[in-house]
Amino acid sequence: MPDDLLRLDGLTKAYPGVVANDDVSFDIREGEIHALLGENGAGKSTLVKMIYGLVKPDKGSMTLRGKPYTPSEPSAARLAGVAMVFQHFSLFDALDVAENVALGMENPPKPRDLARQIREVSETYGLPLDPSRTVGTLSAGERQRVEIIRCLLQDPKLLIMDEPTSVLTPQEVEILFETLRKLKSEGTAILYISHKLEEIRALCDHATILRLGKKVATCTPSETTARAMAEMMVGSSFASPAAKAKTPGEVLLRVDNLTMPAPGAFGTPLRGISFELRAGEVLGFGGVAGNGQDELLLALSGERTTKRGTIWVKGADVSRDGPVARRSVGFLTAPEERLGHAAAPNMSLTENAVLTAGRRQRLVKSGFINWKRADGFAQDVIKRFDVRTPGTHVAARALSGGNLQKFVIGREVAQNPDILVVNQPTWGVDAAAAAAIRQALLDLAAQGAAILVVSQDLDELMEIADRFGALNEGRLSALKPVADLSIDEIGLMMGGAHDMEVAHVDA
Amino acid sequence: MIRLEKRPQPSKAWTVATPILAVILTMIFGGIMFGLIGTSPVEAIRTIFWDPLFHPQFSGFSRPQLLVKAGPLILIAIGLSIGFRAGIWNIGAEGQYIMGAICGAGAGLALYPMESALILPLMVVAGALGGWAWAMIPALLKVKFGTNEILVSLMLVYVAENILASVSSGLLRNPEGMGFPGSRNLSQWSSSQNLELIPNTGMHLGVLAAFIAVILAYVLLTRHIQGYNIRLTGEAPRAAKFSGVSPARTVLFCLGLAGVLAGMAGLFEVTGPAGQISIDFGSGYGFTAIIVAFLGRLHPVGILLAGLLMALTYIGGELAQLMLGVPGASIQLFQGMLLFFLLGVDVLTNYRVRFGAAEVA
Repeated sequence: MPDDLLRLDGLTKAYPGVVANDDVSFDIREGEIHALLGENGAGKSTLVKMIYGLVKPDKGSMTLRGKPYTPSEPSAARLAGVAMVFQHFSLFDALDVAENVALGMENPPKPRDLARQIREVSETYGLPLDPSRTVGTLSAGERQRVEIIRCLLQDPKLLIMDEPTSVLTPQEVEILFETLRKLKSEGTAILYISHKLEEIRALCDHATILRLGKKVATCTPSETTARAMAEMMVGSSFASPAAKAKTPGEVLLRVDNLTMPAPGAFGTPLRGISFELRAGEVLGFGGVAGNGQDELLLALSGERTTKRGTIWVKGADVSRDGPVARRSVGFLTAPEERLGHAAAPNMSLTENAVLTAGRRQRLVKSGFINWKRADGFAQDVIKRFDVRTPGTHVAARALSGGNLQKFVIGREVAQNPDILVVNQPTWGVDAAAAAAIRQALLDLAAQGAAILVVSQDLDELMEIADRFGALNEGRLSALKPVADLSIDEIGLMMGGAHDMEVAHVDA
Repeated sequence: MIRLEKRPQPSKAWTVATPILAVILTMIFGGIMFGLIGTSPVEAIRTIFWDPLFHPQFSGFSRPQLLVKAGPLILIAIGLSIGFRAGIWNIGAEGQYIMGAICGAGAGLALYPMESALILPLMVVAGALGGWAWAMIPALLKVKFGTNEILVSLMLVYVAENILASVSSGLLRNPEGMGFPGSRNLSQWSSSQNLELIPNTGMHLGVLAAFIAVILAYVLLTRHIQGYNIRLTGEAPRAAKFSGVSPARTVLFCLGLAGVLAGMAGLFEVTGPAGQISIDFGSGYGFTAIIVAFLGRLHPVGILLAGLLMALTYIGGELAQLMLGVPGASIQLFQGMLLFFLLGVDVLTNYRVRFGAAEVA
């Protein structure tokens, strides 16, 4: 029986107005993969920040291999053998891999030695990576490898991974899992944070489930159904989106050989994208981040106008129209980035309601804004989509990510669009809210709207889309009905599998 | 340890309180400075802030000056603030002010000595157009070629100053002026004179225009979609593009409006208090208005108050030099302190000050 590596005892952390962690205790054993499961806002991040020395607990203690463990800062945690791979990478695009790795180390060795070490580690763990490549040219999966290798070079006893698969293709996920299993076989414990239940069932030995800051359950994932774990997480059974609408109608949106140069140095050009979107249909575009999703959204929203004859709405060419004209014909979009793109951070929710709904909801009359109407519309959105906020006067940046997401998606859905294009509609939203957003999209399709969902969450696309296509380096794959697709096929369509290689497990 | 903690949203109370706090801090530190150079602090502060308005002997002269000086500052600052709200940095209002005065005066003098009630309105339109055209140069260059409007508008100030020097000793020179540079006196020609509307208040047409501009700017920013688009552009340029705001049109509108208002300010000045186009007509109002715009938090009512305060320190400063013999540099230092504290305490609007040891967070 392996001993406990890290023991958490009664950890409590309160912020003004909210208890992030309330008396959380559990043990992580030597050489196990331990899952930490919970909705957004359940307190997972705060908990791992305490383990990694970013946050000091108000109460409670931690014991690492029998000795008291009180990291005052991340470098102390690293010194004690705790490493962490964050969900959002902290890498510099303009530097190469070795330089980025060196920046994260306490005492980086000489560049030549470091490059050799990076090669060694990357080969041992099946994470192919060239130390001299510039990070700006790497895919999301490769960037994650840089972060992982940076941790492995410190020879950690405990590796914390925060939602590591959210940016990976199925094949890349498989590679990552092989790597993690190999680390485990060498005695490294892994604390694995995720909300993807099937992954946890495939990978983890034990799971601790948090809800509203409290530990609510532990389980052995391989012996528990995904649905049971989801219900432990949410605290009640939640409704899965209902069956999909089945009879697509006329073509509402037609994109015809859309080609567009990249907007910046690290952007992606769009290459010959063509598709048709019918009334009542939900189309899903998958793909690894950075393969043209954002650029496609800019072209569809009208923020970048395209060549004449490339974008048609209900038979009319809207390629040269801006966002306002497109909205007026019922063509609405919601970009991925909530703060700064879909919403203005310092403006109130009422003001943000005017941002896209001004004309369509008649909030503006002969140039003057009817603030009362705007406020009413914002309140409708808040009520209908269960946005948790003290009121419409609150600045957008004061809302949590999930709540703001509900607001910006709800703002478009509430305008009853004929065509709605959304990018990452449930990114960072808790399970119940994600289900509500997906249901709203399906309801809209059932009423005869055409929906295009661009997402990196394949489970989401499988759940709501009728047809699926993948974006890869600005190209769109052939579209296939979701019903006939296997996960392997999807992986091949996404094609973003860079340097596929499975770890040499027997090495 | 003192720490700053970002507020979830800007504090409404501090937005109002910071300017008052800044004035109090300026009085304290300015008083110390006056004390160090051997002037009574209380007397110096009183001379600057109180005497221009209430001194039995001088206030009769200086009180009207308050509006005369504040009028153009407010009018120009309103135009600038609209652009600043959108992140468009027009630094060249001085040039637009000069060109407005030259064009307006030129249009009037072309008709001299005709007498008509239409001449002054015509001059106002010409002045506004002159300022607008001068502002369109940086605007079009920015829209077409992506040039930096800060540099272009600033450089055009020096061009405008040279044009001013040229026309005051050439094209617009008074033929009956015995060869001295400078145009005919427009405030003495009944068709062009911009007199005080109410005697002994300093209230001339330009001041009235400034007050109207304050009200219209307030309505524009709070009620009109164009004002909303301008604020949105400044707050989140990408969100503005997503909303459908054209960046190019915003640049043209904001610079154009600033040019129109600065041009009108120039015209009202040349037909009223200044009286003529002369080499030293440019008095720095266009630059001071930038300070006024920020002092007023880019808010129309704030700018109204800031313009009056700024005018007061100018008049009071002159009075202090005259009455107490303090050096001019000390007055400039005092005005600099005011600006420093105003911008410095602004941090309290967005941050909370916490005392005590830093917490790991």
